[in-house]
Amino acid sequence: MIAVLLANNSVFAQATIYPAKAQEKPVAITGATIHVGNGQVIEQGTLVFDQGKITYVGATATAPPNALIIDASGKHVYPGFIAPNTNLGLVEVESVRATIDYAEVGENNAHVRSLIAYNTDSKVINTLRSNGILLAQVTPQDGLVAGQSSVVQLDAWNWEDAAYEIDEGIHINWPTVRSTRFDGGASSSTDNQKEHVQAEITKLDDYLRQAKAYTELDGQGTSNARFEAFKPVFRDDRKVYVHADKATDMIAAISMLKRHGVHPVLVGGTEAHLVTELLVDNGVPVIIRQSHSLPYANDEDVYLPYKQAKLLTDAGVLVAYSIDGFWQQRNLPFMAGTAAAYGLDKEQALATITSNTAKILGIDDRTGTLEVGKDANIIVSKGDALDMLGNDVQRAFIQGRDINLDDLHKQLFERYEFKYGL
Amino acid sequence: MKRYILFICSLLFAGLAVAQETYPVNGSHDERPRLFALTNANIVVKAGNIIRNGTLLVDGQRIAALGKSQSVPKGYVTIDLQGKFIYPSFIDAFSEYGQPKESQGRQQGSGGRRTQLFESTKKGPYGWNEAIRPETTAKARFTVDQKQSEELKKIGFGAIQSIVRDGIARGSSVVATLAEARENEVIILPEAGAHYSFSKGSAQTSYPSSLMGTIALLRQTYYDSQWYATQQKEYNMSLEAFGKLQSLPQFFEVDDVLDIFRADQIAKEFGKSYIIKTGGDAYQRLADIKATNASLIVPLDFPKAYDVEDPADARNVTLAQLKHWEMAPANPAMLEKSGIRFAISPIGLDNLRDFWINLRLALDHGLSQEYALRALTEIPAEMLGLSDKLGTLEKGKRANFIIASDTLFKEGTVIYENWVQGKAFVVTRSNAKDITGEYAANIPGIGPARLFIDEGKGKLTAHLTTGGDTTETKVTATRTGDLLSFSFNPKGQQGSTRISGYIADDDPLTLKGEVVEPDGTSSSWMAAYTDSYTAKTSGSQRKKESVGKGEVIYPFVAYGDAALPRAETVLIKNATVWTNEGEGTLQHADVLLADGKIKAVGQNLSAAGAKVIDGTGKHVTPGIIDEHSHIAISRGVNEGSHSVTAEVRIGDVINSEDINIYRQLAGGVTTSHLLHGSANSIGGQSQLIKLRWGQNPEGLKFGGNDGFIKFALGENVKQSNWGITGTRFPQTRMGVEQVFYDAFTRAKEYKARVVADDPTLRRDLTLETLVEILDKKRFITCHSYVQSEINMLMHVGDSMGFKVNTFTHILEGYKVADEMAGRQIAGASFADWWAYKMEVQEAIPYNAYLMHKRNVLTAINSDDAEMARRLNQEAAKAVKYGGVSEEEALKMVTLNVAEILHIDDRVGSLAPGKDADVVIWSDKPLSIYAKAEKTFVDGVKYWDIDEDAAKQQAVKAEKGRLIRKSLQAKIKGSVTQRTVAQPNMEYHCDTIGEIGEFEEYMD
Repeated sequence: MIAVLLANNSVFAQATIYPAKAQEKPVAITGATIHVGNGQVIEQGTLVFDQGKITYVGATATAPPNALIIDASGKHVYPGFIAPNTNLGLVEVESVRATIDYAEVGENNAHVRSLIAYNTDSKVINTLRSNGILLAQVTPQDGLVAGQSSVVQLDAWNWEDAAYEIDEGIHINWPTVRSTRFDGGASSSTDNQKEHVQAEITKLDDYLRQAKAYTELDGQGTSNARFEAFKPVFRDDRKVYVHADKATDMIAAISMLKRHGVHPVLVGGTEAHLVTELLVDNGVPVIIRQSHSLPYANDEDVYLPYKQAKLLTDAGVLVAYSIDGFWQQRNLPFMAGTAAAYGLDKEQALATITSNTAKILGIDDRTGTLEVGKDANIIVSKGDALDMLGNDVQRAFIQGRDINLDDLHKQLFERYEFKYGL
Repeated sequence: MKRYILFICSLLFAGLAVAQETYPVNGSHDERPRLFALTNANIVVKAGNIIRNGTLLVDGQRIAALGKSQSVPKGYVTIDLQGKFIYPSFIDAFSEYGQPKESQGRQQGSGGRRTQLFESTKKGPYGWNEAIRPETTAKARFTVDQKQSEELKKIGFGAIQSIVRDGIARGSSVVATLAEARENEVIILPEAGAHYSFSKGSAQTSYPSSLMGTIALLRQTYYDSQWYATQQKEYNMSLEAFGKLQSLPQFFEVDDVLDIFRADQIAKEFGKSYIIKTGGDAYQRLADIKATNASLIVPLDFPKAYDVEDPADARNVTLAQLKHWEMAPANPAMLEKSGIRFAISPIGLDNLRDFWINLRLALDHGLSQEYALRALTEIPAEMLGLSDKLGTLEKGKRANFIIASDTLFKEGTVIYENWVQGKAFVVTRSNAKDITGEYAANIPGIGPARLFIDEGKGKLTAHLTTGGDTTETKVTATRTGDLLSFSFNPKGQQGSTRISGYIADDDPLTLKGEVVEPDGTSSSWMAAYTDSYTAKTSGSQRKKESVGKGEVIYPFVAYGDAALPRAETVLIKNATVWTNEGEGTLQHADVLLADGKIKAVGQNLSAAGAKVIDGTGKHVTPGIIDEHSHIAISRGVNEGSHSVTAEVRIGDVINSEDINIYRQLAGGVTTSHLLHGSANSIGGQSQLIKLRWGQNPEGLKFGGNDGFIKFALGENVKQSNWGITGTRFPQTRMGVEQVFYDAFTRAKEYKARVVADDPTLRRDLTLETLVEILDKKRFITCHSYVQSEINMLMHVGDSMGFKVNTFTHILEGYKVADEMAGRQIAGASFADWWAYKMEVQEAIPYNAYLMHKRNVLTAINSDDAEMARRLNQEAAKAVKYGGVSEEEALKMVTLNVAEILHIDDRVGSLAPGKDADVVIWSDKPLSIYAKAEKTFVDGVKYWDIDEDAAKQQAVKAEKGRLIRKSLQAKIKGSVTQRTVAQPNMEYHCDTIGEIGEFEEYMD
């Protein structure tokens, strides 16, 4: 057995999967069905990138003479998928407290930053790349103000080189009345909760007013780390992500933040389809919860979660998909696939995990589509990557780097193929 | 205006005549003859038997005689009832009256993650489980409660069955009257009935923590009681009492309609006949209840209207809640029409004053007055075995009766008195002379006037008109005995005119008295009766409640059907047919379903009268079978309080009303294996169901299949993630092995005694179940993750003589595939779950592929209500990870599962003769783009994507109608209740207790 381990060198699996070297020469992917991410599909297309940037996308060009040619005939090329609102790298084993770094104690943690806790050596990360996830918004959880998220690329030595967009947003968990079905005393406790929620909202309202006033002090007087964290928000340099699921909460959140000049991104949005007018009027995009979930109420359309992206898109809301958790992110493409099965145009469905996400996260100048000038964040799948039957990511590039698609699961697979002589 | 006379007569009428013989008397004795003759009465002997203008004689506590021409003997006090009505007083067959408050309505302690208690904390020679407390006697705790008894007498009750409502076996009840007397005198039946429930109440013992554990415990107690009667080894006060109680009437309190069937199952098993106190929703399954033959006790605690003014609140309320709100008042009427025998009880009402309001609602909804009376008198008397003493007005019975102004259930009828044990309790003072009428009055200050007085219905109202003017001046009027007082504001004057008066003459009626005008001048007045008068029906009078338009749907939730769908002959033409049989996948093929079976599969089929479905471009597969499901289970998926609970049965607690059945049909699932959770090493017996949406729990059972049982290993059984310092053995994987060895060692010893026909053997349902495993009559599916423990259990099986049938969600199956294949053990797997806890750190999505490759019969399971509806996609992951063919992957959620569950002769492939469990997909069945368009179970179409759209509209419309009705109810002044969001409780393996203290990372 030891011999096996040495021979395969695979028991500490991750150690052998190195972040890739910078792109050294141009790469041309040819003959592929290119899904640009903005709705456009190029059959028999060619995609060229050099020095980490896309230099050509189209159906006619020939590859530069010195280019590495990747024949992708019959295959599908996509922008790398982006997983927003995940605790990836902030947790390794959900049940083991020592591995959990996504929830700081206290109600207001506007100043805490997920980026520095992001563990590039998490064994989970590589399993996501294998399904096409190349970027993630690493997001803290819990409290009224959870802290700041950053966007990372998933092929890095440390959080420094992983950083793709640093401290790009503050996450507010909108106070809400929770179900009291299981605590017996339904009505009174709902009322108490409503009061408490209102108090929390008032507190937040006051807080934002003070935070805004603080920006005018211009560094004079006592420094306050939490207020400092909000400074870029009022300059429009930092987004506010407000996590809310109920229609009433979304209305309250958007109305209140608007009064402070903040145009938030809505995260969760279980009932977002009920308030589309509000969302459109205020230009609020939505990062919706996974479609693979049950309807929130017994009487709802059994397929409502599958159809929600379509309902929002048709109403003119910009929509991206997310999934709760970290290891689950590898199923992100299938959320989009399900949306397509239930009415959304396939390329629009793709946008919910690529270009729409990039727009919402404010990184669409660099990624989200396969357009000239953007980072070469690219995946090549044998088939339709939104379908389990087609998703077979054979090559992937992050900023032009040809990343290693091995992962713990493939290595354990190989180990047992060896055992069984397969 | 109602005059309630405080009953302060205790000193005057101390005690009842007879029963206090043994008590000393302070002062002179005051025994009285207590002979009363109620004459000129309409005596309702019982429903349908009325003596008009009769006489009823009361001698002490009893009715001495009654009849139309009954003469009044000397010495009787005659009370002329002037045509009033006498009814038997009501009997409440399910009351907590007289019991200490602290033992009333105790809620079940959570069986959750607190420190576990394995034995009773009660000191003394009692049984091991505190929830079994048959030694409890309600009589010993019974105390007369004057305030409560008056409240009950006001609404018509004269006797109650008083119950200690705590525990599963609750001991004996006592029947007492509500007479104002000592406990000794009012108790009629000291041990009236034996009582049971599905709630453990205040019991501290950890077991049971689930409904199925509760049922198992009760079942075992019956067997223990039988054994106890034949043994001399121990004295056990609880079992002794349990046995003795069997000769009494047996009462069972349940929560909901499905519990009625659960109680009935126990009744049938032990030859009992329970009188079942229900939760008021029995109308939802009338035919099934009728079939149980059980008598019911029905409450009137109808739900309040929901406060739905805010649409956000309205979204929280479910169609089922709204429908129940509308239909609950019809429950008694519907039971009556179905011929189900029932008594009515005020139990559960927040306020006893609501009793009559709700009873009238029930009458408005069609309950007959005759049955209402029986349900409040004769029937409860019969239930209690007291027909010779109570319930009707017959010679020799207790003098418990109501005197009412008119027929009892008529709108506006007033109860004047309620006599209990021959003693009158005045509810509403009835005046000797009714002064209703029109009077010619002469009132100083306003001159000649016409005074109108109405004293009907126990309420005095009056107004007057002056001269030729027809404008009515409202008069405030009160009457105390013969004394009257009026006041009104005369026109054009400031201040009020006050009048006091008295009845000066009875015939003709003449009123006289003194007037004080606004300016203070006083003078005398009089009024003489000129004509009869009846007050106009005022606007404030209660309008008869409009009966709802709702109908019962099956199940009683959104998307239920008013009529259950039936099997049809269906011919699916020109589809791609995935047969799972030797012929593989057929292009342009037809499938014929008839009589609930697959009749034929092939090209160019035809069938006369068949409903033809164009399958062009569609794919047809066998229905999906989920090896590991926790849907459709009531009140607890884990009986995790002990490490071995083989005696509990998921089959006892099927919840036919779970919306997830419908949702999963929409994902092509037709059969689900409902498993006990994974909180203990040997969990409960599982239940295979077919998703026959709308059927009752029995109707959902697959039928005729081998039984299975859940075992579990690893972190859950050693309580790693419970957040407690565990005391339950085992806390390590080492201990888990010994739990299995111990259990099967005991099972073998037990079996040996069974084989030897040992007459001293106590039937043990736990060991009996384990013996079934040894005898290959029951099969194991074992929750499993890591290879070490999987290996361990296989070795335990080898040495103890049993085989594991299936390792379920076995994530490290790929590491022990050869060991499993060698023993022909199957593996069901999650497709790609991992990283949520330590024991899934090496869980890989290639697991299914590797097991399959190594000849392990492989399935993909859900263990999740959401994932189950996409099991086709989960199977597709076996194609993605490793490269299983699509046909083989489909089998992992169909045929392979059928083989694993030993039902492949019935389901799992499209072969003639098999059950018509068939799905029509819009696309290749494993594709993410595939939608289940139609799902058939036994040839019955339970899901149709097009019909679902119509159903959604119907749900919306019905909900809209009910919400409008709720709004109107609120406007009309109904008390409303808040809506509270009620997310469905989805069970996973590790959901502990009935109320789910679940943690997401544990499965």
